[in-house]
Amino acid sequence: MKFIEKFFNKYEHLFLEGGKYEKLRPAYMAMFTFMFTPDETTKKGAHIRDAVDLKRVMFTVVLALIPATLFGMWNVGHQYYLQAGTEVSNMEQFMYGFWKVLPMIIVSYAVGLGIEFYFAVLRGHEVNEGYLVSGLLIPLIMPVTIPLWILAVSVAFAVVIGKEVFGGTGMNIVNPALTARAFAFFAYPTFMSGNEVWIPKPETVDAYSGETILGALGQGHEIAYTWKEMFMGTIPGSVGETSVVMILIGAVLLLLTRVASWRIMVSGFLGAALMALVFNLWGANTLMQLPWWQHLLVGGLAFGVVFMATDPVTAAQTRRGKWIYGFLIGVFAILIRVFNPAYPEGVMLAILLLNVVAPTIDYYVVQANIKKRMKRFEKQTA
Amino acid sequence: MAKKHKWQDLIKDPLNENNPITVQVLGICSALAITVKLMPAIVMSLSVMVVVALSNVIVSLLRNYIPNRIRIIVQLLVVATLVILVDQILKAYAYDVSKELSVFVGLIITNCIVMGRLEAFALANKPWDSFLDGIGNGAGYGLVLIIVAFFRELLGSGTLFDHKVIPQWLYDHGYVNNAMMLLPAMALITVGIFIWVQRSMFPQLTEKE
Repeated sequence: MKFIEKFFNKYEHLFLEGGKYEKLRPAYMAMFTFMFTPDETTKKGAHIRDAVDLKRVMFTVVLALIPATLFGMWNVGHQYYLQAGTEVSNMEQFMYGFWKVLPMIIVSYAVGLGIEFYFAVLRGHEVNEGYLVSGLLIPLIMPVTIPLWILAVSVAFAVVIGKEVFGGTGMNIVNPALTARAFAFFAYPTFMSGNEVWIPKPETVDAYSGETILGALGQGHEIAYTWKEMFMGTIPGSVGETSVVMILIGAVLLLLTRVASWRIMVSGFLGAALMALVFNLWGANTLMQLPWWQHLLVGGLAFGVVFMATDPVTAAQTRRGKWIYGFLIGVFAILIRVFNPAYPEGVMLAILLLNVVAPTIDYYVVQANIKKRMKRFEKQTA
Repeated sequence: MAKKHKWQDLIKDPLNENNPITVQVLGICSALAITVKLMPAIVMSLSVMVVVALSNVIVSLLRNYIPNRIRIIVQLLVVATLVILVDQILKAYAYDVSKELSVFVGLIITNCIVMGRLEAFALANKPWDSFLDGIGNGAGYGLVLIIVAFFRELLGSGTLFDHKVIPQWLYDHGYVNNAMMLLPAMALITVGIFIWVQRSMFPQLTEKE
């Protein structure tokens, strides 16, 4: 590690005030703090020292995403060879998916971080770690066959319009990763839905159908998967969203480290289950007839509720607000899913909608609390 | 009473520093609705320019005779007459475009820019100045409309004035048009980006906190 430190020290003078690349200092600092812990401390006031900072928080989420990522890579290969009709080892399936998904991750990080660095240099503030998570989330919620340039455009749109115009990390109103997906979904619909985008087309077959479970149900078709396959995740879908097991492993890590709010997760699943139960009783079409607990397993619901709805920046901040926020995400996700088969990914739209409403929820929760306390105060003084 | 206006300023100000759409934030709805294609946007801009300029002149001529309490009704009458004239002329001489613009020509009556200029300028200024003010504001409105429509048609349909401009080989290599550009939501975002770029170039436009 010494030689890296030496390298940084050697060139530091170029980035100091009056140095040749003074303007690029944020970029230098970003790389430096990525490698080393800075020795700067706050000078004034008493502070509680804690090892947790933004970088650790973001990195915990990245760690939590890794099981779903690895499984997603394997599943891409698994689905491909299933369609091609050839049997290969698990390792080969994984490697096939690895080489499909890795370019997506690289493009996502390269474009996203490039724009973040640019804005940091332009505005003279530090590059922060907000994009570490979004950069991995975005490839995981896209179909694997998406052209890389569409991915790049979506990432650029999400970082600039979803985040930087509001002032960067921590100031955004809607989740940047979902902004990227929503942009791709509305701008390039043929690449984002249908039955041919979820699995790379094998050259050996002429026609195949790899529609997702929700897609099939929306068309009124029978589904060819058991609930165990839905739970394990050996079904077609966006790269990282299929396996509920792997998402739950990530969820456990997030809850143990208290990075994500358990209130949002619990109320999210609760809302979805209740809404699905209501539709079960109604039962007017195939989507309504899907058993309520299977609604929780298919589509992006688990992934969205665990990783996206719990984004601390865009979620509600008050405790009661979090319950309401999570519950409504679950309700709206199932509602959109069932009522509008053209938008099988109700979760995406539900979370984006609630992101926008979250501050309003908080406002009314706080106001209600103030009113309650005022009443109590009046009672005591009267 | 009436201030002296330099005629250059009357034309120039609304183009940038006092742009009706991006600074006064008026007339947004029509800017979102008819900027999918370049041609209708240009026709719309011209129609608004004519209506604002002529109604400004007429109201300015009448300004000393209009009782203050019924001035809105008088203004509406003038504007409505002009809009119907424009609508009829478009129907007669540019039927296709008129069909594309459909209800939005009629809705110029409710365009806030028209009423805004009548109230803010024509009621207190001489006819010639009012005329120039109308032309300037119409041009400022049109400028934004045409720039937004340019990007929306180029990226959304790959055409300009319905002629293909994005070369075929790009499509062959996997390029596709951006369908979101055709949705009104993207028009709002495009106007937003326009405002962002404009305020970065002219920091004096940014509101003080």
